[in-house]
Amino acid sequence: MRARVVGALGLTVMAALCSSCGTSAPAGSPALSGTITVFAASSLNEGYTAIGKEFQKSHPGTMVTFAFGGSSMLVSQIQQGAIGDVYASADQPNMQKLIDARLTAESPIVFARNNLEIVVGKGNPKHITSLSDLGRSGLVVVLCAPAVPCGRYAAQALQKAGVSVRPASQEADVKAVLSKVALGEADAGIVYITDVKAAGTAVDGVAIPAAVNVVAEYPIVILKDSQNRALASAFISYVLTDGRRILERYGFTTP
Amino acid sequence: MALPLRSQPRARPSAPLPIVILAGAGAAFFIIPLIGLLLRTPWTSAWNELGSPEVLTALRLSLLASFSATAIALVLGVPLAWTFARLTFPGRSVLRALTVLPMVLPPVVGGVALLLAFGRRGLLGGWLATTFGIHLPFTTAGAILAETFVAMPFLVITVEAGLRSMDTRFEDAARTLGASRWTVLWRVTLPLVRPSLIAGAVLCWARALGEFGATITFAGNFPGRTQTMPLAVYLALETNPDAAIVLSLVLLAVSLAVLIGLRDRWLGAS
Repeated sequence: MRARVVGALGLTVMAALCSSCGTSAPAGSPALSGTITVFAASSLNEGYTAIGKEFQKSHPGTMVTFAFGGSSMLVSQIQQGAIGDVYASADQPNMQKLIDARLTAESPIVFARNNLEIVVGKGNPKHITSLSDLGRSGLVVVLCAPAVPCGRYAAQALQKAGVSVRPASQEADVKAVLSKVALGEADAGIVYITDVKAAGTAVDGVAIPAAVNVVAEYPIVILKDSQNRALASAFISYVLTDGRRILERYGFTTP
Repeated sequence: MALPLRSQPRARPSAPLPIVILAGAGAAFFIIPLIGLLLRTPWTSAWNELGSPEVLTALRLSLLASFSATAIALVLGVPLAWTFARLTFPGRSVLRALTVLPMVLPPVVGGVALLLAFGRRGLLGGWLATTFGIHLPFTTAGAILAETFVAMPFLVITVEAGLRSMDTRFEDAARTLGASRWTVLWRVTLPLVRPSLIAGAVLCWARALGEFGATITFAGNFPGRTQTMPLAVYLALETNPDAAIVLSLVLLAVSLAVLIGLRDRWLGAS
């Protein structure tokens, strides 16, 4: 019994050690193997999870694990030494922070675009039709904090529309804005189109015209400390080809 | 003179090496993060960070909310502690477990529960809004409520322990001398459990000061209204790490002061 446990433990350790074996594989080798970790913005959660499944199906023996979070939080984690292979950001400034810190292996590529939408309660009980409605008094509006990309984009859109909003709260990430509206605590918020789509029937979306909308660009890059660049680069190629179709299904536009 | 000491060889047992090593690692586990914080502190700009409007706003709100939460906890928690310590009634242990539940409950879960109770569509929230015009989510009152919810159990169990361990014969004597129940409570019971009251209030205040999860979930985050220090630390970490470190240091100093102040009363150290 004990021998078997020890044996199993040994195998696990060997498997763990071998997860970095891919590094030694010659570049361009068709047989990809091993594991990569992808740091990705919260708004990519549903789309990337689907892409990961498809990628693993077409590349047997590989594994893609995701760490989703606010783009800026992920950058600070990578700067503090979090080990991973790929970073996909919801905006350019956060990607730039990583480039300035010399933590990227190559130039980033924009793989998707996202737009903003007003999120309202199911059935739009407050009859909100435009950004200027968000300035109405007596309306509880929730936005992302200015530090988070969605907060900065929302501020840009409101400025373009010439609307001043007094938010009830500045939430730490876009999903928190969504849940405050879904729970009925807030009447409206500004989130990405993809979030409204992912929330399903819990909320409704009100479109923001292109003239005042903001285009969020999503860049992706291989990290300098990647232990499996072959697999990381194969994953990015997949995102740029077959992945587009999947991302479009979740509301993104692709270049 | 050495002889009497040697006759008690068990007085200072020598520890086995593995214990010493593991205990050292355990202690290092707690100490190293503190050293990390101190080493990364931007001491030269610390004073400026501390004086910046964002930090001062968060500090002011944190003090207001944590002291208010402690006051509410004293008003509601002391009677609760007295009830648990002195009365026996069916369901007492269940009720007691429910009131101290926030001590082990993840604070975010507490925040969700508060939303479902006091939110606009919550159990009482709609009634509070239509009848009294009271709105709790996204207000300072909501932040105070969240802090009270998480911190009050610390006061309740500390005061209850004090009440249980006190000598009730003083109360009996006062009663036989003709004092009313109310007089006994005010003039005998509460003065006797004063150390527990102080310890409970300080622990409650410290917990309220550090509250994060329930506050951000229930009250949201807005500077000057609901953004207390822990929330400011969390958000500053992304944009202004220096400010986050300085704020963390302030919270650390307060926590340490509380522990040192209470070490005899509550932690049982001699």
